[in-house]
Amino acid sequence: MPQPLLDIRDLNIAFNTARGPIRPVRDVSMSIFPGQTLAVVGESGCGKSVTALSVLRLIPTPPGEYLGGQILFEGRDLLKLPERDMRSVRGRDIAMIFQEPMTSLNPVYTIGDQIAEAVILHQKVGTKKAYKIVEESLCDVGIADPHRRLGEYPHQLSGGMRQRVMIAMALSCKPKLLIADEPTTALDVTIQAQILELLRKLQKENGMAVMLITHDLGVVAENADTVAVMYASRVVEYAKVEDLFDRPQHPYTEGLFRSIPKLGSGVDRLDTISGTVPNPAKFPAGCKFHPRCVRMNGDAKCATVEPVVREVEPRHWAACHHAAGYENAAGTTPVLDYKRQVTLDVLDAAGGVM
Amino acid sequence: MNDTNSPPLLQVRDLRTYFPIRKGVLSRTVGHVKAVDGLSFDVPAGKTLGLVGESGCGKTTVGRTILRLIPATSGEVRFRGEDFFRYTGEELRKLRRQMQIVFQDPVSSLNPRMTVGNIIGEPIQVHGIARGKNRDDLVASLLQRVGLDPTYATRYPHEFSGGQRQRIGIARALSLGPAFIVCDEPVSALDVSIQSQILNLLQDLQQERGIAYLFIAHNLAVVEHFSDEVAVMYLGKIVEKAGAKELYSNPKHPYTSALLSAVPEPNPRPTKRRIVLPGEVPSPANPPCGCAFHPRCPLTRQMAKQATETDTTTITTGGIQVRVVKKCVESAPSLEQKPGEPGHVAACWLT
Repeated sequence: MPQPLLDIRDLNIAFNTARGPIRPVRDVSMSIFPGQTLAVVGESGCGKSVTALSVLRLIPTPPGEYLGGQILFEGRDLLKLPERDMRSVRGRDIAMIFQEPMTSLNPVYTIGDQIAEAVILHQKVGTKKAYKIVEESLCDVGIADPHRRLGEYPHQLSGGMRQRVMIAMALSCKPKLLIADEPTTALDVTIQAQILELLRKLQKENGMAVMLITHDLGVVAENADTVAVMYASRVVEYAKVEDLFDRPQHPYTEGLFRSIPKLGSGVDRLDTISGTVPNPAKFPAGCKFHPRCVRMNGDAKCATVEPVVREVEPRHWAACHHAAGYENAAGTTPVLDYKRQVTLDVLDAAGGVM
Repeated sequence: MNDTNSPPLLQVRDLRTYFPIRKGVLSRTVGHVKAVDGLSFDVPAGKTLGLVGESGCGKTTVGRTILRLIPATSGEVRFRGEDFFRYTGEELRKLRRQMQIVFQDPVSSLNPRMTVGNIIGEPIQVHGIARGKNRDDLVASLLQRVGLDPTYATRYPHEFSGGQRQRIGIARALSLGPAFIVCDEPVSALDVSIQSQILNLLQDLQQERGIAYLFIAHNLAVVEHFSDEVAVMYLGKIVEKAGAKELYSNPKHPYTSALLSAVPEPNPRPTKRRIVLPGEVPSPANPPCGCAFHPRCPLTRQMAKQATETDTTTITTGGIQVRVVKKCVESAPSLEQKPGEPGHVAACWLT
């Protein structure tokens, strides 16, 4: 049986704030296999970005604190690695791209210098060779005239172009895992389509695994193999992408699907999830979703006992007392080695299938 | 529409907003950014016109120019048949009651030093609608209407979540009983589960009070859901306009088709094909000649393959040479009726 590339087990993180500790990540388990795309979905404050940052150990401690759990990357626990070794993991084995490409590029260095720095550091090559690698990786991400772009500064590029530069930087050292934190949220739809297509293409070529963090269910449906839905610092549902969309088991997932407008659906009125996302400083007792839940129906259990994920269907995990079969389901750790069946047809500039 | 003889609530004719580009020590004007370049449309009472386009296409400028928050360069806006741009002083102030705006960013559009009660109550007082106890009662009923507790009137904006702040912004826009509201990306900054709450609220208010909306957004699925009619903008111009369902099922402009195909479908077994447009939106300071979309247009490249040598020409875009239809480069198409529903107009030579 193949081993997961990244295996997060029962991760717990706390932030010690002036108003007391908050728990942005609680008992989170998820895994990514080589070449797989795992989408982590949830709304702001659900803990998805903190989970991603913790993989690279980018959570400042203090105020952050790892309370427990493991982050196994190729069998090694990243949480136990000394900082020196961690530095060689960052950028080389695991790379990350962020939502805002402007704030994550240094405005006073040229594009070439910024990418070359990582290449020289990780690949032990000379400056000349490094710049050659940089030029190639800019070419790979579809930047026209890469030689000229090398000498340009971030402010000279458009938003889509900057995100391409970020991707080129992330991919220059051929990482095994790419963490993409809302990579297209700041971009227009046509540019989003370009960037997602680019990521799919590069993933196919390099066999890299991707952890895709997003709140856009359309992006999830198109790109993910497996999906982890997070709510109030926990994973509440974990499944293959088709299973999740066909048969959502958690009322939160179900509510999300019903509340988004779909092109051409002809629905007059959207369903809503009442209430708002709870503040991590004052989570409700019991199931964190119960004040907004339609399934609860006055069940005292929901208000007192917080459910953990259980395998309610084969290879489909959910954390809800009222999910069918939850009572008797086994509380196994979600691990899913799965590739999606259908991928998107993409037409090129002149209308031909790519 | 109850009365076919009366004009639509809002008529916009050939609206243009240019921003001067100044350079040098003397700040001489060296050119113009044509943010809005000859727009015409109507918004009937109680209906919604959706305006979609990518960033930089001028959709926000349209909304603000109509409300005279940005001066128009030329053109005409008629509100209830009267020329809105002619009004000044007291008359203008009175008319402004009728036209309000809800902004995208609910954080920066609310004054952090004012209580919610004052934010919503101030326009009521300034326009002499109510004062004192009556004003507070009005504020309380508005808060209740948008789904907030009336006791929140004494709190400050920072005490609220994004969705709640957007409700406050809506209550403020409603406070003067407007007939027309510009909604400038009202749900873009909100979480998915909150978006549908706000969209439903806006829809209910429209039904209750007969408010007309100009709904500006970049998310096509949201616009299609919310609007009666949709106009697609590209580089300051409307390239296609049709009923919401018609536009979705029968797009006539290649840009609209590409936009529609680019929206990710929340379905793991995609039913449509993705058209990836090459390149990016050109600068509105120096738009391409002819049809502004021609350097990115998939259709003109396709048609050029079948056309004769004399009808095509070669252009350089994004560092590569492509053959396109000559007409697209030489002259700009105007909006014309296309086969389909009456009122379905598009600006394309090739469809």
